Amino acid sequence: MTPARSFIGLVLSLLLLAGATPLRAQETTPANAITAPVASAATDPAALVAAMGEANLRELGAIVTELAATEDTAVVPALQALAAGTLYLDKATGAVVIVAGGNRLDPLTQAVIGPESAADLTRIRVNNSLRRDIAAALGAMTLMNDDPRTRMSAARAMMANVDDANLPLLDEAIAAETDTAVRALMQVARGVTLLRSADASLADKLAAVPVVAQSGERDAATVLTAARANAPAELDAAIASALAGLEQERAVWNALQNVWFGISLGSVLLLAAIGLAITFGVMGVINMAHGEMVMLGAYTTFLVQLFIRQNFPGLLDYSLLIALPAAFLVTAAIGVGIERGIIRWLYGRPLETLLATWGLSLILQQAVRTTFGPTNQMVIAPTWMSGSFQFYGLSITYGRFWIVIFAMIVFALLLLVLNRTALGLQMRAVTQNRRMASAMGIRTPFVDAMTFGLGSGIAGLAGVALTQIDNISPNLGQNYIIDSFMVVVFGGVGNLWGTLVGAMTLGIANKFLEPYAGAVLGKILILVLIILFIQRRPRGLFALKGRAVEQ
Amino acid sequence: MLTQALFRALDRKAIWLVAIFVGLAIAVPALNLLVPPGQFGHVPTYMVSLFGKYLSYAILALALDLVWGYCGILSLGHGAFFALGGYAMGMYLMRQIGTRGVYGHPTLPDFMVFLNWRELPWYWWGFDNFWFAALMVMAVPGLLAFVFGWFAFRSRVTGVYLSIITQAMTFALLLAFFRNDMGFGGNNGLTDFKDILGVPVQAQTTRVALFAATALFLALSVLICSMIVNSKLGKVMVAVRDAESRTRFIGYRVEYVKLFAFTVSAIMAGIAGALYVPQVGIINPGEFEPGNSIEVVIWTAVGGRGTIIGPIIGAILVNMGKSYFTAALPEYWLFALGALFVFVTLFMPKGIVGLVGQARAMLQKRENRQAPPDQPAAPARSAAAEAGIDAQPKPAE
Repeated sequence: MTPARSFIGLVLSLLLLAGATPLRAQETTPANAITAPVASAATDPAALVAAMGEANLRELGAIVTELAATEDTAVVPALQALAAGTLYLDKATGAVVIVAGGNRLDPLTQAVIGPESAADLTRIRVNNSLRRDIAAALGAMTLMNDDPRTRMSAARAMMANVDDANLPLLDEAIAAETDTAVRALMQVARGVTLLRSADASLADKLAAVPVVAQSGERDAATVLTAARANAPAELDAAIASALAGLEQERAVWNALQNVWFGISLGSVLLLAAIGLAITFGVMGVINMAHGEMVMLGAYTTFLVQLFIRQNFPGLLDYSLLIALPAAFLVTAAIGVGIERGIIRWLYGRPLETLLATWGLSLILQQAVRTTFGPTNQMVIAPTWMSGSFQFYGLSITYGRFWIVIFAMIVFALLLLVLNRTALGLQMRAVTQNRRMASAMGIRTPFVDAMTFGLGSGIAGLAGVALTQIDNISPNLGQNYIIDSFMVVVFGGVGNLWGTLVGAMTLGIANKFLEPYAGAVLGKILILVLIILFIQRRPRGLFALKGRAVEQ
Repeated sequence: MLTQALFRALDRKAIWLVAIFVGLAIAVPALNLLVPPGQFGHVPTYMVSLFGKYLSYAILALALDLVWGYCGILSLGHGAFFALGGYAMGMYLMRQIGTRGVYGHPTLPDFMVFLNWRELPWYWWGFDNFWFAALMVMAVPGLLAFVFGWFAFRSRVTGVYLSIITQAMTFALLLAFFRNDMGFGGNNGLTDFKDILGVPVQAQTTRVALFAATALFLALSVLICSMIVNSKLGKVMVAVRDAESRTRFIGYRVEYVKLFAFTVSAIMAGIAGALYVPQVGIINPGEFEPGNSIEVVIWTAVGGRGTIIGPIIGAILVNMGKSYFTAALPEYWLFALGALFVFVTLFMPKGIVGLVGQARAMLQKRENRQAPPDQPAAPARSAAAEAGIDAQPKPAE
């Protein structure tokens, strides 16, 4: 690698880091806020905590106020320890430590420093008025904070580190809370604390069971199961029924998750198949090189990203969007070329077209292999496509999410083109009756070329989407071509809705069979089912009707 | 009646073909075994095996031609029938290994011992017997083709749809045979064969005998195909190819005609596979690749479909080209094959065999053009060609 290139690489990775970090942090605020403090530069919590060691009562009051003002949740344990009288000054080192479980802990990180050795330690003394101040400060910092997000994360923290001492704080906070979501979470935290608590009353525990069970939290089942241990019969029964409910709910969510996976697979199939459906519908041509158009779209994306990375690194996040029109134009142009050069001469001989396009697919594959090499190429996912989000019980990755959205947009645009433009009107006319359309003055050769270009262009768009979920290799198209055929044959030609229904059905059926039959056997089953289905409806789900269909 | 059919089948072209292949079955072994190595006229053993492979491909291409060239069914599943026949033969060969495998188990093949299987699955029973295996070589592809065709042809799945579902069938079988649980050796397939009918597979005499068997079966296939296409049934097959609806309305049961052709063809493909496997020494799921089946189609197309000799010429020529290219210019083989697909479909719809006819037609056209205009022979022909935009190419009879 030349120095210039490595420099560009360095700048690039820095840019990427700079771009990525704030977004990441924002995404994951609730989990990270406790461990990764947002450092406010003015007052350093570490210095403040260290200052507590030698401070008198009045100074301590000032430090507590200042610590509260940092709004840094990392100081919470130190304050709690101060109030509880477990914060000590280590005379040997002059450091402030928390003593817990026979160990000295760092007040901010809770890391174990060493064993407790009473000789060197002096307790930092507090009085009642200071304890009140500390409680108020803690409340303000956590559960009573003005920012609902801080309150949320405080409640979550209490759920994770259960402590009976939190109960009065929680009760107070719940009474004062105005935001329903935050209050619900606090109630869950309270429920979890009660269930874990050794000396909470049975009535309280019983009341807490439904609160926790219906919280939708992931570890609700774990908490409940743990609470079952040596629980009285009444509570045990309540928890058992709650757990059964949870189990049922989980099954539903699992099914929904499968549906989502199915929709996501179906969208990919839809993207890959829809161009095929158009060319097959209008021209009766099975384009075996369709998969290679997808592959070329993916390689165009790769090239566009390479170009942008070298020339406009600032636009890297948008390279996929820039690749969309590029891939469409490239593959559409190649498609028109193929139509004019080869397919035009083979109309009315669909089986020969199938062979010629197969030969073409071999040539295209080998051409790409010789140009780019047989190894896989990488397209970096833009930051807005990485990561995932929670939608109720579903965990949805942004990549899949955008592909589904993208497939729907392409589908809608295609519907628009077919139903609202002159070209679409002509295409439908040619689909229904080529000769009559020709007699009405439609230039069928032109329509054929445009249709083939459109179909190929959409394959190129599919290629752009596939860069996000599959390896970019010369064989990329091969993996999708048979599935695409299945979708088209299943859905029926000449009707886009058929393709949509076909793709979604196959996607969802595939994902539902997978857990029971395994991925490979599931796929075999699907193929067999399609073969059987074709016997019942030789022209697919949504077959064209009328005279034009035969031949 | 059979003698009559046989007599009719042996028209001049077919009798030549049969004679050639029977002659090859005698001459090549003689040249290999009797002429000492190094002397002029000696055929090296590797060459015998290579051409044995080509001849088994030729049987496969001929089988495809029977359904595609004569009956108009473009099957993209003949590679699967071929592989099934090959697997049946491979299972026999596996059982013949006996205790000589790596694990030395008396009944279980190595891969089953490796997978901790306790006993032979029921579908492996009987494969230690050659004649049972030979029966299965024909029965398994035949039965699959019969059941598949029964459903497909009765519900009138035709044209491109049929091609695609045969491809789906091939693909499903490919996935299935890749699974270890299926009991066919998974990814690695069946290999390490030792004996066939009590003699070692690798021995020179065995390989020569396998070549002779392949050549003889090719001669038999030519005879059978010739019998079929020259019979009345053959005429109906051609009618189905050229105008299916019309044939149906005349009163023929189109689906049974197709079913017959499809099943016979699948059995031939199965036997071709069975002859192929001992000569190459391995059968694995790769044979089910949809691409392989499509390649068979191009052999047939190159040679000339709708003729008996065409697919044989095509299979041998294309595979010789493949052997040459993959050794000398591996990068360019796919380019060459792809270009062949495109070129043949565009410019040689009748294949190599049709070139003679094409050249003759071109000459005639030129003559007609030079001839005075009061002989309107050419226009009628071209008008027919224009009108027949959706007609299949006419048979070369």
